Amino acid sequence: MSQADIPEAAAAGQEGGQPQRRIGVYICHCGGNISDYVDVAAVRDALKDEPGVVVSESPVFACSDGTQHDMIDDIRAQHLDGLVVASCSPKLHQVTFRNVAKRADLNQYAYTQVNVREQDSWAHPHDLAGATEKAIGLVRAGVAKTRLSDPLEPLVIQTVPRTLVVGGGIAGLRAAIGLADVGIQAVLVEREPKLGGWVAGFGATFPNDASGAEEVAGLLEEIRQRRDITTYTNAELTGKSGTFGDYMVELTLHRDGSDKALSVNVGSIVVATGFDSYAPDDGELGYGIQGVVTLPQFKEMVDATPSGQLTHAGRRVRSIAYIYCVGSRQGAGGNEYCSKYCCTATIHASLQVGGIDSSIRQFHLYRDIRAYGTNELLYNASRDAGSTFLKFADDALPAVATLPTGGLGVTLVDVLTDSRELTIPVDLVVLVTGMVPRENRGLVGVLKLPVGSDGFFNEIHPKLRPVETVVDGVMIAGCCQSPRTVGESVAAGLAAVAQSAALLKKGFAELEPLVARVNPEKCIGGGECLTTCPYDAITSIEWDARTIASVDPATCKGCGGCVPVCGRDAIDLLGYTDQQMRAAIEEMISTSEPVKEPVS
Amino acid sequence: MSGSPNPDEYAPRILVFSTINISDPGIDLAGSRHLEYPATVQTMAVPCSSGLKPSWLIHALDSGFDGVFIASDGEECAYLPDCAERTSRIVSEAQAEMSVRGLHSQRLKMAAVCSVCAEPFAKYMREFSEALKPLGRDSSAA
Repeated sequence: MSQADIPEAAAAGQEGGQPQRRIGVYICHCGGNISDYVDVAAVRDALKDEPGVVVSESPVFACSDGTQHDMIDDIRAQHLDGLVVASCSPKLHQVTFRNVAKRADLNQYAYTQVNVREQDSWAHPHDLAGATEKAIGLVRAGVAKTRLSDPLEPLVIQTVPRTLVVGGGIAGLRAAIGLADVGIQAVLVEREPKLGGWVAGFGATFPNDASGAEEVAGLLEEIRQRRDITTYTNAELTGKSGTFGDYMVELTLHRDGSDKALSVNVGSIVVATGFDSYAPDDGELGYGIQGVVTLPQFKEMVDATPSGQLTHAGRRVRSIAYIYCVGSRQGAGGNEYCSKYCCTATIHASLQVGGIDSSIRQFHLYRDIRAYGTNELLYNASRDAGSTFLKFADDALPAVATLPTGGLGVTLVDVLTDSRELTIPVDLVVLVTGMVPRENRGLVGVLKLPVGSDGFFNEIHPKLRPVETVVDGVMIAGCCQSPRTVGESVAAGLAAVAQSAALLKKGFAELEPLVARVNPEKCIGGGECLTTCPYDAITSIEWDARTIASVDPATCKGCGGCVPVCGRDAIDLLGYTDQQMRAAIEEMISTSEPVKEPVS
Repeated sequence: MSGSPNPDEYAPRILVFSTINISDPGIDLAGSRHLEYPATVQTMAVPCSSGLKPSWLIHALDSGFDGVFIASDGEECAYLPDCAERTSRIVSEAQAEMSVRGLHSQRLKMAAVCSVCAEPFAKYMREFSEALKPLGRDSSAA
């Protein structure tokens, strides 16, 4: 369409003297996440003839660079003045597509994101017709909101260049140092009496044999050298108020039997609260029998034996059986995930054992070995050093018992050796226990952290936004997210630093301009709204020789709590105006399909 | 809209008003976990449930929805400490108007849904849908 065609086309669609909007609609396949459960082509076609819709497309990935460029080209070539993308949750890509609008010189608040993944395709995987019709209604409602949108500009607030780090394990410590290095003050709180977490208790660790205790000591020394880091042990985060960029957090310091409260103003929060080790039930794979220990107990034993003989309960250990995947990969109802670090941690510990006493016979009873990446070299080294690996089936766990002759016997069916049942006499059994989420109910309540079905905290996107949460300005890092290695935890901590810097280093943050607005023509100065706002954003002003209410946009938080209070319908929340809400409701329910009659 | 694997079965249309920061993430989580509920449930997010106009709730029923569900912030609201009371007042006002117009009060429900309340939300939707079925499609029947 040439530019010369536009006025005529727009004029043809005029409604009540207003030129019709020119809206582009994009319904994303999300590579099958949506299109496997929603007939995306049917949604696209249903939207083609909606009033104001000029472009209706169904890209495979709306968020891909290529599609974003296509959208920008469409906005420019078709002179679009509104954009609607039906894809995932707005929490994931609203910013992405607002930026698309901005790059095409389209007001970002003329963009509406419609959630047809989390709230449609993923929730209705067995109802293609229902999910498709639902999508059509949702997208129509989105188009209605965009059709009635006004151009707006974001509100700007000053941000506080200080970040609260919750958790003083290796991820939290490294994050605090990173924050200080980019010029953001760090306040670190640790619930335990000491900093360092799990890693502070480790000797040599994979992949390079570096001592965990020494690494933590090095970080603590680095922290001591930085004036911009404040640490509190025996301390907890117990309250949070304010908004992203300018939070007020309440810390409770447990001091000499009494609690001391402390308020700190921070711009962002990094949660790095770590994990707990799986605690086997009594009797689970022999747990409770003398000589059956967990991986952390074994690691402590090995680290405490630099050379000479390995002993347990005063007796020399000459043979060890490691049973892998304890507390991990349990199947439905249990811990279904792989704990990821424990294969390599065990293999590494077995190499340490070989260094202590090369005569110790070591048997690794596994389901699958996941020594991924360069950890494979440790696996090879362990086998070269004489470790024996035996594989048992998922549904045939080994049995551990005390032998009549004394010592322990581990019985398994080795699927790699003609599925024969073997009983291996050993002095020590190590249950290779995985990671479980740490109990953090209080913290979850204060920060409203999203907890997944596995009990770990959920990031917004595992690949694209790996440390952000749905709570603006609150990030998660390390094993509180999922089982991972030390290196991966530190990487997440530093990602949270980068994200905090992105939020806070500009010195200001842009807030939604979606605030309340009084229609002076409708307002009669009734005053119901004046006392309803806890932020005192509404005041009386003189306007056209009348007293009416007025909302201060910088003070208004955009909750809309004043909207239903007005008896004259004189207050609108921008982005959610009376007109927009009514139109969206009507569009959502309208359908071209015949509605089935109720069963009477 | 079938909303049900059985296309012959009447599936009430439900409009959920969610809140952007609290209940909408909980509803997202229900989908992320593939916790199924009827596809006749549609969601519209607003910043805070205390900002809903009673007239919108009525308008939804007038427009063809069989039920309206407010997934409110409850005690977790970041904006208003008395959000639960405010939203309750909005529901009461709407129900008073519904009574005048002969709309069954059971067509409007409210419950606090937190940002991780995935399972409760899916359960609420299944239960609300079942509760609406005996009322039928004619929303004016008391």
